[in-house]
Amino acid sequence: MEKSLTRYIWSNTRLQQIWILIVVAVSMVPYFLSFDLPKQIVNGPIQGTGFESPGATQTFMRIRFNIPYMGEVTFFNGLELTRFEMLMALSLVFLLLVIINGLFKLYINTYKGRLGERMLRRIRFELIDRVLRFPPSQFKRVKSAEIATMIKDEVEPMGGFTGDAFVQPALLGGQALTALVFIIMQNFWLGMIAAAIVAIQGVIIPRMRKRLLELGRQRQLTARELSGRVGEIVEGIGAIHGNDTSNYERADIASRLGLIFSIRYDLYQWKFLVKFINNFLAQVTPFLFYSVGGVLALQGRLDIGQLVAVINAYKDLPGPLKELIDWDQARQDVQVKYAQVVEQFNVDRLVDPKIQALAPAATNRLEHSLHAVNLTVSDDSGAPLLNHISVEIKPSETVAIIGNSGSGAEALAEAFARLVWPDQGRITIDGADLLELPESVTGRRIAYAASDTYFFHGTLRDNLLYGLKHAPLTKIEYEGAQAVKYKWNLNEARRAGNPELDLNSDWVDYTSAGVTGPDDLFKVVRPVLDAVMISQDIQDMALRSLVNTATHSDLTDRIVELREALRKRLKKEDLDDLVVPFKLKEYNPQATIGENLLFGTMKRPMMTNRKLAAHPYFRSVLRENDLYIDLYLMGLEIASNAVELFQDLPPDHPFFQQLTFMTADDIPAYQILLQKLQGRGIEAASPEERSNIIRLSFSYIEPRHRFGLLNDELMAKIVDARARFHQNLPDDLKGVIERYDPKKFISSATLLDNVLFGRIGFAQADGSDKLRDIMRDIFNKLELFESVLSIGLDFDVGSGGKRLTNVQRQKLNVARALLKRSDYLIFNRPLPALDQRVQDKITHNIMENLHEEGHSPSIIWVLSNTGLAKLFDRVVVFDNGALVEDGTHATLLQKNGVFKQLAS
Amino acid sequence: MLLKDEVEMLRRVPLFSGVAPAKLKLLAFTSERVSYKSGQILFNQGDPADAAYVILSGAADILADSPSGEIKVAEIEHDSIVGEIAILCDVSRTATVKANSPLEALRISKDHFIKLLSDYPEMTIEIMRVLADRLSHTTTELSEARSKQKQHAAK
Repeated sequence: MEKSLTRYIWSNTRLQQIWILIVVAVSMVPYFLSFDLPKQIVNGPIQGTGFESPGATQTFMRIRFNIPYMGEVTFFNGLELTRFEMLMALSLVFLLLVIINGLFKLYINTYKGRLGERMLRRIRFELIDRVLRFPPSQFKRVKSAEIATMIKDEVEPMGGFTGDAFVQPALLGGQALTALVFIIMQNFWLGMIAAAIVAIQGVIIPRMRKRLLELGRQRQLTARELSGRVGEIVEGIGAIHGNDTSNYERADIASRLGLIFSIRYDLYQWKFLVKFINNFLAQVTPFLFYSVGGVLALQGRLDIGQLVAVINAYKDLPGPLKELIDWDQARQDVQVKYAQVVEQFNVDRLVDPKIQALAPAATNRLEHSLHAVNLTVSDDSGAPLLNHISVEIKPSETVAIIGNSGSGAEALAEAFARLVWPDQGRITIDGADLLELPESVTGRRIAYAASDTYFFHGTLRDNLLYGLKHAPLTKIEYEGAQAVKYKWNLNEARRAGNPELDLNSDWVDYTSAGVTGPDDLFKVVRPVLDAVMISQDIQDMALRSLVNTATHSDLTDRIVELREALRKRLKKEDLDDLVVPFKLKEYNPQATIGENLLFGTMKRPMMTNRKLAAHPYFRSVLRENDLYIDLYLMGLEIASNAVELFQDLPPDHPFFQQLTFMTADDIPAYQILLQKLQGRGIEAASPEERSNIIRLSFSYIEPRHRFGLLNDELMAKIVDARARFHQNLPDDLKGVIERYDPKKFISSATLLDNVLFGRIGFAQADGSDKLRDIMRDIFNKLELFESVLSIGLDFDVGSGGKRLTNVQRQKLNVARALLKRSDYLIFNRPLPALDQRVQDKITHNIMENLHEEGHSPSIIWVLSNTGLAKLFDRVVVFDNGALVEDGTHATLLQKNGVFKQLAS
Repeated sequence: MLLKDEVEMLRRVPLFSGVAPAKLKLLAFTSERVSYKSGQILFNQGDPADAAYVILSGAADILADSPSGEIKVAEIEHDSIVGEIAILCDVSRTATVKANSPLEALRISKDHFIKLLSDYPEMTIEIMRVLADRLSHTTTELSEARSKQKQHAAK
């Protein structure tokens, strides 16, 4: 990157800078005209010069020029105006000039602003582009938060500076120079005094600013380090809690803030000192004019008119000069910032842009062997991980790499995946160095999965298909306003040196995944998910999630069929008591009283328990039949039971987990309430106390809590209240409460609740496990399992995939590598978080099922379990960075070598 | 069945007979009430132990794997507790327990059980007593079996 900011700005915005200079120059014409006009108005029509006789007129707007060789040419003869008309005309011209000046200012400022924003966009993009091209080793040295601050904050002032980079010095310099020349013209020696002071300012101030710049640089560095540390604290929060080091971190941050404060305070002091000296120098000049000029005038060597003219002219000098000095400070400041940032991004061995060039076309299969030639790889400390290894992996060959950790097996896999770059030797395919092949070849035809996974914030689907998003494959035709907007976006992107790639296009390369489009995607996704044994997890995610009825209508439309199939199946397996279905006319004992009353779900967050309880309609329903009294008495019973059971326990006792309707902290409050209210009627309770008591009854489930508070009469009353509640449901509730309807999909309930359409009995041993298997079976039979997976794939994985478990992440990481259908699949101990048994099973699945299926890639697998080596064509054994054995499983077993030792 | 009935039943279990009814009620409330059909498995031999079961009604077979297949070691009936040893000494299940009739049980999770023992020493002593009883029983059986074996060898 260009080291000098000025040059960088000039080379990228040359034409615009020249244009804006021209515009500024032109804008000077009306600007100076408007200076002269007030004098004309005052002298002419107001004071009456030229209108001495009544009825006298003057010519207005005569446009006449003396053109060489043609004599005087009159373009416009002008109008003869009276004194009053002249006043109006000149005032209108003044108004016009004000408007023109304003418009010029508007145009210039907007233009400069846009120029600056484009520049900012360009710099930011260029920096991120560089991050994408950093060599892998660079990422061991930089902190992500620091890079983010540099790109986000540190380059920001450059945008603002760009517009002023050339215009400001030209304009202000011009103004200052004019004033200076004018002074010199009035009196040479006084002019020289002014010039000398300007020269002193020009020498001293920048010197003093050197320290300011140094402080500014330190401020930038410390601030960047601070954001790096903040990033570390966020990422390492687990380690901080686990080691009780939060106070150490506090101390570290406090000392950093202290350092930043002292730098900033120092900066502040210097800044104002410089300002003081600057102002002083500016004011010294008039002092000299008055004293020296005055003496000269007294001695008669200078006429007083000249002196006054000089002092008047001098008024115009300090303003532009001060701004010019300010501009220079801004320039140096921005230049330092820029240099600081560029230094961080000027990295050796940056990846050549050609290697990452966009390649929308499908890349050819790799039909040649992967050769490691004399490969040496070291870690950061320089210790060799691989020592002069030469090995050839043929296409379609399956190779198990065996070795203890640190043996070099992992390093070889990483080198094949281009994650580490060799110190010596190279990896070649068909004679070409792997590092010089475009990423469109290596990134598509070679797949890699190791134990460290990374998932981007988005849905599971986005992440699973991430390995297929190489280029925008569809061209989206925009219409109407969107087309205009799109065109504008493209134009702007081009002007800021950004690529013109459309993010809205479908980037997923379905063809290379082996399907025709999004519709039959599951043809390949499902076997892969099954192979890594994650489809059950995804089904669970789907079951727990709310379903978008618009995008998953294939399933939601068949909900009735699903519910029926589940009922039948449960009946067949003699499990019909496992789920108690919701029936409009019946009380569901396995659901809470609140659920029984509502008989539906609330659309959260528009409707909540609290809001419903406060709703007048709901209250009126409860008041009929005196149901609320029953519920109040019941709540009292529940409270007294809970208090009796739990009052002696310390608040952190694990038993409190079972207390679903109150927390440990509520116990004393209810104890007091009970003392006050027990044995007295509901009238004794205040409205708030009533609702606190009734609230308890809403969470009550008889088979779970077993206090014996629910009888047939009360159940009938609740079912009755339910009917009344839904009968005249007011409109404001209709929108936010969905009634349970056996014929309809309930969009505000989870898929599980929708399929069950009831509650699992509490007393049923292993009820949910059984149901999980049964449901999977039913989904399969109704050919809905792929829809369920599709719902599960909508799951939001959270930042860095943290909403997934480590096991799930590692499984998905392998799935993502498999989906690419590469020619070389490299697995580098990809599943250490899993049980050995599951790891073995997944390895079997991949080796046996996927490898058989037509497309047969080469698989290079660094194994943790030596026993699995027999699944592979060939076994390569590493020890201490050296390749010690190489052959088939059978031959290596016969040899009495390292492999046999490891295997036993 | 209600909490208070469960408390009555718990009191009949020797292990809990010395514990105050209020504590038993708490135990019942914090435990899960589960029902099994005849033939359903409570837990399998080798499973990690996460809970003890108090049989409230019905009966279950205790089965152990042996080289000659699964053999029935014992039968337990209502008012008895099963699976407590494995959660006390953190081993996996030493036998399979299978309901041989419709069975109702209280499932006391491991954490709760341990917490109970630390909260109520009387329960711990009772458990110790039961275990010691069993141990002396087993020891007697073992020495009998050994002496029989010796006699056998002597012949």
